[in-house]
Amino acid sequence: MNAKKIDKFATGILYTIAGIVVLILIMLLGFIILRGVPQLSWSFLTSPSNAFSAGGGIGIQLFNSLYLLILTMLISLPIALGASIYLNEYAKPGMITNTVRTMIEILSSLPSVVVGLFGFLLFVVQFKLSFSIVSGALALTVFNLPLLTRSIEEALKAISNDQRNGGLALGISKWETVTKIILPAAVPSIVSGLILSAGRVFGEAAALIYTAGQSAPALNFGNWNPFDIDSPLNPMRPAETLAVHIWKINSEGIMPDAAAVSAGSAAVLIIVVLLFNLSARWLGRTLYRHLTAS
Amino acid sequence: MDKIRASILTPSRSSKLERRGKWLSLLCLGSICIVVIAIFGFITYRGLATFTTDHVSLSKFLTGTDWNPSVSKSGAPLVGALPMIAGSFLITILATALAIPFAIGTALMMTDVTPKTGTRILQPVLELLVGIPSVVYGFVGLTVVVPAMRNIFGGSGFGILSGTFVLFVMVLPTITSMTVDALTSVPKSFRYASLALGATRWQTIYKVVLRSATPGILTAIVFGMARAFGEALAVQMVVGNATLMPYSLVAPASTLTSVLTTGIGNTVMGTAQNDALWSLALILLIMSLTFNLAIHLIANRGSLKR
Amino acid sequence: MTTGNCYILKFDSKQEIALETKQLKIFYDEYEAISAADLQIPRFKITALIGASGSGKSTFLRSLNRMNDGIASVQGQIWYRDLDLNSREIDVYAMRRQIGMVFQRPNPFPKSIYENITFALERHGITDKKELDERVETALRQAALWDEVKDKLNKSALALSGGQAQRLCIARAIALKPDILLLDEPASALDPISTAQLEETLINLKQQYTIVIVTHNLPQAARISDYTAHFSQGVVVEFNGTTETFTQPKIALTNEYVSGDFG
Ligand SMILES: Nc1ncnc2c1ncn2[C@@H]1O[C@H](COP(=O)(O)OP(=O)(O)OP(=O)(O)O)[C@@H](O)[C@H]1O
Ligand SMILES: [Mg+2]
Repeated sequence: MNAKKIDKFATGILYTIAGIVVLILIMLLGFIILRGVPQLSWSFLTSPSNAFSAGGGIGIQLFNSLYLLILTMLISLPIALGASIYLNEYAKPGMITNTVRTMIEILSSLPSVVVGLFGFLLFVVQFKLSFSIVSGALALTVFNLPLLTRSIEEALKAISNDQRNGGLALGISKWETVTKIILPAAVPSIVSGLILSAGRVFGEAAALIYTAGQSAPALNFGNWNPFDIDSPLNPMRPAETLAVHIWKINSEGIMPDAAAVSAGSAAVLIIVVLLFNLSARWLGRTLYRHLTAS
Repeated sequence: MDKIRASILTPSRSSKLERRGKWLSLLCLGSICIVVIAIFGFITYRGLATFTTDHVSLSKFLTGTDWNPSVSKSGAPLVGALPMIAGSFLITILATALAIPFAIGTALMMTDVTPKTGTRILQPVLELLVGIPSVVYGFVGLTVVVPAMRNIFGGSGFGILSGTFVLFVMVLPTITSMTVDALTSVPKSFRYASLALGATRWQTIYKVVLRSATPGILTAIVFGMARAFGEALAVQMVVGNATLMPYSLVAPASTLTSVLTTGIGNTVMGTAQNDALWSLALILLIMSLTFNLAIHLIANRGSLKR
Repeated sequence: MTTGNCYILKFDSKQEIALETKQLKIFYDEYEAISAADLQIPRFKITALIGASGSGKSTFLRSLNRMNDGIASVQGQIWYRDLDLNSREIDVYAMRRQIGMVFQRPNPFPKSIYENITFALERHGITDKKELDERVETALRQAALWDEVKDKLNKSALALSGGQAQRLCIARAIALKPDILLLDEPASALDPISTAQLEETLINLKQQYTIVIVTHNLPQAARISDYTAHFSQGVVVEFNGTTETFTQPKIALTNEYVSGDFG
């Protein structure tokens, strides 16, 4: 009798807890959407920001975020592919492999601010790349590599050994078996992992404030020569991203409409991350179907 | 004479490709390892300057409560890091402690109480919570939590408590999803056996499921703590950034990360003020290692028991 | 067990032998899975490897084209065209082109039927479109699959039935025109009809290929093979013509095994 009552009570508590968690998410999203979405307009999304007066947009920051994201992925994807191929296909179990895995694990659990500080020391100061897109992309690469490597490794591991044997038995090198058979077969889950990590990179700020910098100089969107100073493609210019922008205007507190701009920016960030999440699933599933379809 | 025989004796295109591919992939892996070593090298080197160049004693650094690096006292700058260390630990412990019951409860809903609907609803909730960037948490903290604290407790509203609430939501999904993994790895047969003996669901959960999942849950908690300890911007936005001992939960305080984010840009490389910040970064690094070590220890313990 | 308890048939002429193992020992760490096997594989014949589960048939077969590299440690020699396949100067990839293998579970690549066959050919330097087309057709005909797939060569191979997929794997292997074909229980995942088709395919192939097949299906071994080797606990206890092995085994262990008498 008593045990039954306790059981009922405990179940009630568990339902309450889960309800609170759901409620927290609804309130969070609700707050951001309700506050942020009304701010969104074409001019908000495309015009440059105003530091001291109201009515500025986030155009440059949005572009910077996307540009940095693409550069980061371009640098980190090949490295992560190579590293995960070695780990999953070549590394023999043993002390060295264990150490390497531990190192990657440590890297993945480092606070992103530490990664940013390292990026500052190495790329900005040591390599004299100053606060720039390159410095930022390199720092984000360091931030992104361990998780991306692990997710690609998981994707490779999920492909049956039968496929590897099949390639090897035909006299094909392991390398080509992996790159031409295993990797394509793993593409659906690799793409999902890639997009999810893109979401993480897109929202990252702590690794960027001392690498890509906190300023967004005006850009001339008519000039696509990467060597010109006002070209959007110039990788040597400082580039405040959307996430950094939210942090900056809130901690400085000089922008009169900081709250409104932040809410709008936060809404954009969330929507982009949501899109990434959804497309990761959709694309993963579609690619998988495409791959196995007759 | 024998063409086949000859072909087997000459290095093939495949064997060349194989060697090249293996080296190429090893190079990629090696570069990640080099980055890890470089991070530790650089930050340790910078972080030790406070003690070697600026002659601050380690015990003063760790136990001093005055943080004023631009002021020198008896030959060494005033860099007592205890306020930030205390702030970091306090905020981490409070946020994690608050998150644990919610995380375990939510995880239980997904594994034992209503596995189907629970997972269908809660899994996306967790994924969304993880996906929200930390500056967004900071912004919501700043516009919702801080004013709420101000209304309830007076003062500015900035402080450890605001940080705790923000971090609570941030570590919740981490701990929950890892706890779910721990709970699902408890064999179904354990549950059936317990239920068959007449135990109620709660008794089964409490006496069997949670018990055998303890190492996994502990790992989840340490992971959450590591995330909380290293979180920078969200905390920095709500904690108040006063380098004072956190005597009150609702008065401005600071953490290692918050001082670092605000400080690095305002100091000049090579000065004592700057060195002191790198020492804080070193503490962060060491703590991150410590959390890692703890996770390994728990994992080893757990596997020994089986 | 001494050699006295074994009967191993030897061939008179070197011409008859495609592959020969000498004192082949295979270890998984400390565990000796094959102890000192001396076996001559006859050319253009089907040799069946039979024996209880865990007796080392797969282990033996896989080491014949070095698929055990990095998994097991192999000692002794495998002679092929006056070369020891275990020696350092052998290019394993070129060697495996000559000694192909088909596995228990059909493992077509997630590519089209056509690409499944051309993929390895291209890797081995055959890129002429006409030759590729030709080889694909010949291989599929030899594997008795051509009529079933000729209209869907560009469809995914993953849509094939188990039996078709297995024959595709055989086609893929013979498209390389190897010397020797190693098959590890190729029919064990197939239904009786697919199995019969596969057996017919193998019998037709033996005019051009030396075939070694591991099987648990004794009637199958009796139907298709010319020679049979019986493995027991890592030892080749008997190797003889298939008829002899099944009707008048020389060794008691073999007698027990082929008559299903495990008492
Ligand atoms: N990768 C491996 N690592 C360690 N031991 C192995 C490995 N593969 C096989 N063995 C062992 O070697 C012995 C021979 O195995 P093998 O697979 O060659 O047997 P088999 O005759 O092919 O059996 P089956 O008819 O079941 O396929 C067995 O005792 C097995 O446990
Ligand atoms: Mg076998």
